[in-house]
Amino acid sequence: MDRLATTIGLFPLPDGRRERLAKLKGHQKSDLIDGDEAAATRDVYAATRRQYVEQQREAGLDLLVEGQARWDDLLAHPLCVHDNVRTEGIVRYYDNNNNFYREPVVTGELTASGDVPGELATAAKRCDDLQAVVPGPYSLAGLARDEHYGSFAAFLDAVADFLAGEVAAFPDAVGTLTLLEPGFVADPPGADERERIGDAIDAVAAATDAEVLVHAYWGAPDDDLYRRLLDTGVDGLGYDLVTAPDDAVALAAEYGAPSRALLGVVDGQNTLVEAPETIDGRADRFAARAAGDVDAAYLAPNTGLFHLPVGAFEAKLDALAAATGGAR
Amino acid sequence: MTTDRERFRPADHPHDHFLLTTVVGSYPKPTWLNRARDLREDDASGFDADDWEEAVADASRLVTREHERAGLDAVCDGEMRREEMVEFFAERIEGYEFNGPVKVWGHNYFDKPSVVSEVSYDEPWLREEYEFTADVAERPVKVPITGPYTLASWSFDETYGSEETLAYELADLVNEEVRGLVDAGARYVQIDEPALATTPDDHAVVGECLERIVDGLPDDVRLGLHVCYGDYSRIHPELNDYPIDEFDVELANGDYEQIDVFADGAFEPDLGLGVVDVHTTDVEPVAEIEANIREGLRVVPPEKLTVSPDCGVKLLPRDVARRKVENMVRAARNVEADLDSGAIDADGRTR
Repeated sequence: MDRLATTIGLFPLPDGRRERLAKLKGHQKSDLIDGDEAAATRDVYAATRRQYVEQQREAGLDLLVEGQARWDDLLAHPLCVHDNVRTEGIVRYYDNNNNFYREPVVTGELTASGDVPGELATAAKRCDDLQAVVPGPYSLAGLARDEHYGSFAAFLDAVADFLAGEVAAFPDAVGTLTLLEPGFVADPPGADERERIGDAIDAVAAATDAEVLVHAYWGAPDDDLYRRLLDTGVDGLGYDLVTAPDDAVALAAEYGAPSRALLGVVDGQNTLVEAPETIDGRADRFAARAAGDVDAAYLAPNTGLFHLPVGAFEAKLDALAAATGGAR
Repeated sequence: MTTDRERFRPADHPHDHFLLTTVVGSYPKPTWLNRARDLREDDASGFDADDWEEAVADASRLVTREHERAGLDAVCDGEMRREEMVEFFAERIEGYEFNGPVKVWGHNYFDKPSVVSEVSYDEPWLREEYEFTADVAERPVKVPITGPYTLASWSFDETYGSEETLAYELADLVNEEVRGLVDAGARYVQIDEPALATTPDDHAVVGECLERIVDGLPDDVRLGLHVCYGDYSRIHPELNDYPIDEFDVELANGDYEQIDVFADGAFEPDLGLGVVDVHTTDVEPVAEIEANIREGLRVVPPEKLTVSPDCGVKLLPRDVARRKVENMVRAARNVEADLDSGAIDADGRTR
């Protein structure tokens, strides 16, 4: 099993740029990214993107991401910048942290937006093998409110089609697409919603030639959901080996694992930096128990890294690289 | 713990009924205090530690008096010495370290600290604040303290490997601090646990923390618990088991949609009811606040109802905060008069 070091994006803003952006944009709800930012703001984000690519490369990561500096509203970003979406009050971003985002309210058809493809296209100028990270359709729908489609089923399908449209416009440099589905654990779908979830994921995956991974975190999905994910056409699944290692490993042992596994072996929400043997131990345990032939394991943080101060974020990149032999 | 509220009744209180009016804690800092903080951080300014102490004392005196002029029955100094509710305490607890800001939302950040070794108690955290305020105030003083569960939840735990264990360790430190405050004369202490709203299934952990906090405290200490912005159906009726005198909750923000959770006839402690919204700059008219107070009478009788803003008011413009508190006190006095005259009954219904 090859081991490669990567992340699942959502990086913290670098020191200096964080203050600069706050000054350029402001601190209120209406000041956040809406897809129409001023040139000076765009420039700072472009510089941040370059910095992220350099940082990942210097740290020795194998698979680089764009970093999502512009995602003020975290995983809700792709909807928050859409023309047919208005953003409302600040609401809690899942129940297990102290983060908030602007609730996107979908008021019209979710046509292609091009926002995320645009970000990736600029990153692709500096890196010809990118991992794109976007929310999966279930989690993105769950973070939003629908005033247009009328039922969760129709809304989920529409969000999946929207994501498929975005993914189809990604640059060729995107060789891997990771769909984040924290909602599978934090807010699991009801029985009547499950049937559509596999189809929604397949709809997004079908839009790209890239390798597609689905990563649920903050625990492990239940057995039923996991089996449904195995039945989709995606190439790999993610496992949170920090929050719920026993449950995640048990799923892979009981039902098998696909050929690609994204292993959340570094805690994205704790400043404590894992020793190489801790990371190895988590990955080894998974490899020993998982049924099926896992060709490649992507060692990553279990969550996005914006939860951390910048110094800890950088240390986590180094730890991942060190664990896979790519240390600088 | 005691339910004796009469000691908060002013000698010249105009009504037979008495609704205890107070604040949750924080208050907008005067602009000049923020300027003074900038100067203190600038080594070239010549503004030294003594100058800063003088500025803080002036602000503390000012806000305490502003609360008294508004007519509040229990006051505090608006937390003029504190910047942020976790940072302030983490700076004073051995075992904590700061590694830089982390995002809360948008471009709003806080210095989320890391617990890098076992936590322990060193110097008193709030004694100076309490003693100064009590000296300045003519009214009884309430002391708000960030609770151990929130201090644990809103930190990075590099040491204990269990948020629950860390919370209990911190609860023992809070107990030590509260004992010291009580020795200094404090008799009204409020534990702030906003993190409970984010993870209500941990209500038993908060309960155990509170048991540790009250250990060894004399009976005449009034202990409140403040919680805000959450789903309260998941913590009531469990909160009846908490060793508290008063449960203070934000409800104006949600337009009392959740009041029915508490109005089930089973709610046991005194209710501290948020009656003005701290996230809108519209100053609620007195009549609207009176209606909000009457919502509380559906839960508890007047002798168990405390009236406060939803939460700390520090994010409001100072003038707005002052007018909200003034209107709140006027509304409480009007409701007392209506209760005296029988215009409304003890359940808040108009006759």
